[in-house]
Amino acid sequence: MSSTPTTSSGGRAGAPGEFFDVVVIGAGIVGSAIARKLSGYRLSVALLEARDDVGEGTSKANTAILHTGFDAKPGTLESRMVREGYRLLGDYAKVTGIPVERTGAILVAWDEEQLAALPGLQDKANQNGYHHTEVIGADQVYAALPHIGAGALGGLTVPGESIICTWTTNFALATDAVQRGTTLLLNRWVSAVDVGAETTVLKTSGGDVTGRWVVNAAGLGGDNLDQLFRFDRFHITPRRGELLVFDKQARPLVDKIVLPVPTARGKGVLVSPTVYGNVMLGPTAEDLTDRTNTGTSEAGMTFLVDKGKQLCPQLLEEEVTATYAGLRAASDSPDYVIDVDPAKRYVLAGGIRSTGLTAGMAVAEYIDGLVRDTGLLELVDRDDLPAPPTMPNIGEAFLRPYQDAARIAADPAYGKIVCFCERVTAGEIRDTFCSPLPPHSVEGLRRRTRAQNGRCQGFFCGAEVSELLTSRGAAAGTAGPVPATATAAQEVQA
Amino acid sequence: MTSPVSSPHDAPDAVADPAVAQATSVATPDVVIVGGGPSGLRAAADLAPLVAGAVLVLEREAVAGGIPRHSDHPGYGIRDMGTFISGPHYARILRERAAAAGAVIMTDATVTDWAGPRSLNVTTPTGRIRVDARAVVLATGARERPRPARLIPGDRSHGVYTTGHLQNVVHLKHREVGKRAVIVGSELVSWSAAMTLHHVGCRTVLMTTEYPSSDSYWLFNRPGRIFFRTRVATRTKVTAILGRPDVEAVEIEDLDTGNRRTVACDTVILTGDWIPDNELARAAGIALDPQSRGPLVDSAFRTTIPGVFSIGNVVHPVDTADIAALDGAAVARHVRAYLNGARPTDQGVEIRTEAPFRWVSPHLVRPGDPAPARNRLLLWTDRYIAAPLITATQDGRTVGRKRVWWPAAPGRVFRVPSKILDRMDTNGGPVTIAAERSTRHR
Repeated sequence: MSSTPTTSSGGRAGAPGEFFDVVVIGAGIVGSAIARKLSGYRLSVALLEARDDVGEGTSKANTAILHTGFDAKPGTLESRMVREGYRLLGDYAKVTGIPVERTGAILVAWDEEQLAALPGLQDKANQNGYHHTEVIGADQVYAALPHIGAGALGGLTVPGESIICTWTTNFALATDAVQRGTTLLLNRWVSAVDVGAETTVLKTSGGDVTGRWVVNAAGLGGDNLDQLFRFDRFHITPRRGELLVFDKQARPLVDKIVLPVPTARGKGVLVSPTVYGNVMLGPTAEDLTDRTNTGTSEAGMTFLVDKGKQLCPQLLEEEVTATYAGLRAASDSPDYVIDVDPAKRYVLAGGIRSTGLTAGMAVAEYIDGLVRDTGLLELVDRDDLPAPPTMPNIGEAFLRPYQDAARIAADPAYGKIVCFCERVTAGEIRDTFCSPLPPHSVEGLRRRTRAQNGRCQGFFCGAEVSELLTSRGAAAGTAGPVPATATAAQEVQA
Repeated sequence: MTSPVSSPHDAPDAVADPAVAQATSVATPDVVIVGGGPSGLRAAADLAPLVAGAVLVLEREAVAGGIPRHSDHPGYGIRDMGTFISGPHYARILRERAAAAGAVIMTDATVTDWAGPRSLNVTTPTGRIRVDARAVVLATGARERPRPARLIPGDRSHGVYTTGHLQNVVHLKHREVGKRAVIVGSELVSWSAAMTLHHVGCRTVLMTTEYPSSDSYWLFNRPGRIFFRTRVATRTKVTAILGRPDVEAVEIEDLDTGNRRTVACDTVILTGDWIPDNELARAAGIALDPQSRGPLVDSAFRTTIPGVFSIGNVVHPVDTADIAALDGAAVARHVRAYLNGARPTDQGVEIRTEAPFRWVSPHLVRPGDPAPARNRLLLWTDRYIAAPLITATQDGRTVGRKRVWWPAAPGRVFRVPSKILDRMDTNGGPVTIAAERSTRHR
């Protein structure tokens, strides 16, 4: 993959290899939120990413739920961050157009042990400051979720739990950061750290990067990076979570997030609608040693199919349109590890599990406070902040370009559907290559537009999508000459 | 088993809101045909001279013609045109004939949802259009199941294609794939994939099938293997795809011994295992065959919704292109009759199947209706039977019995003369089509 680091046009930051006030390592949701926050001050900020795109780790492959934090461990930093992040991200989503659907969730109890656990979970929710749960009987569970399997004994409603587009969240935060002047440096794997008296030099796969301050938001690699700073505070086990995504035709089966009741035997498997109009089943939980192994397994798929047959038997009659595996950064620390070392001018945002999707913006605020309290970095507000970006909508609950008659009339490229299953238009593909964070791979294009994410997986559009990647959307931009036959609608009318 | 069931979810998509879609123009053809593949184009060619109003074909691709457009090898047009030509050539003739007959082919036109029982919302570069037709013909075809639908685990490797994807890459975009391929499946379409790979300099090192014998015509089995230097591993399943970022190998399992081994390759082609593109049919609430997942139709290609017909490989996934096209020829007079006010009787005899047959089409024969297209019932078998003895049983009585001299083979449609139904009671119960068990197996 060619590495073309996206640099900002803001001109506030130096060229790669030069000096930054703050270097944030890791362009997942947490790192992007931190870079966005800090570039709101009169600071030069770099955002370093080991891979060729933002959000390539846990941030791209999780259950994509905007959590209320009802089930966090009360009193922890995680509980606070999720609670605050829920509100911050919810508001930010409205401003930037990140797709969110306020579906609500129901924890469904399938045995007496789980049923007995519900009041305790409600207490816990209250301790976490979430007071809208309700314990309901089996009849109410089936009234809300008529297609789930037989044997539900009761449930706990969590009306605030929502589904969100994790990809757009990451792109919005990173785009915002870049527009505020952050220099995004892709394909930079940090291999060594040299902490000096005034600055820290990071040895990366793309040359040295120097910063006064360094923020570690390296997710799955966070513990290793922390050790480069000579700490040994937490250890990450990559926990593989496999998921099955079902065809959109399954969507009417599941209208809310169906959560398992956590017991001593584990957290269990959920069934959830997605903002793209699919239904998701998973995740598994399997501890690995390889931090890059996002392959799927026979055992995982068999487990999910069996589980799905109990949870929602009709779901298994539908086609599976995607299978994927994400690695969660399971930490041996019971809580997030967020700390600042004033001597090394080093901030750690570590041990942030998949709840980081919700918590990311709150973590950024929290770190802002920690750094401010050191008094070592001057945080001066800027009066020239650009407006937050407006993200292209890839959620089904909102108007998409192919449905938008006015938009098609203004630009025919939005009427030229390239990916039939997901109804992605040539106009959207063209736009994404002109965006501040253009894709460099089919995977990157898929996460930005949904192209080729549908039920045919490229049977119809795969070759066209690859060509548009090569041409960087160019052919799509022109929409081509309109075939003579296409004007025939008027004739037919006559 | 093909008892008619209503679609599992009659409600329209819960999240999309069609109210937001304000059409910029309205077209009012007599007939709208959704899908410009062989069946849709042939239906258009035959219908246009028969009806007073317009016949409109909606094709979502930039060029009509369907799958033959990118199947650049000979073998097309045998039964419908009496030719033996390449897919792209065949597609061109179908387009030209439909246009010459007066049908309008609108390309880059994707039907997104229903606006009424015979009314469709369409997205095109020229605008958002509503098509209010008097009759609708769904000819949306079928696609091969991709890797996720087959639940093949392993790495997310580049280099995994369906035949459709492969042929789009090679024949329409003139690009290459790898050098060593494993083809999953040994149906007719699998050999089509082998021909495409050969054309682009990629050697097929192995074909796998879970069946005990290769599923395609005998013609391919010896000469094909020799020509393509390909081995066919029967009773073999691909259990994993390995390699990051590109395919390096597949893991295969011998289903009889359970032994697994890896086969080095840089390309994997997933062939066959067809699923009809049934989204529109299902969204309309048309009853589907629970096995084929295609719309249930009677011998006149009527679906369970009046004025909505369905033809081609969305109904029988999948038969060859010429057979699909002949559906188009056969449906024309039924659509015309509907437009002229003819309505079918509510009665009819349901046609069912018994293992090893998975589905049969048509599923309903009404009194007074003509025989099915080409006087054939189309079936899908899960087991190979050479020269099977076919029976038709109604209300506990054998009403038809016929040995056919061609095999029932998995991976392709098995055709049975519809004469086998001649002696059924048109007021009786369902007829079950089965294979008599005494027949020898290969």
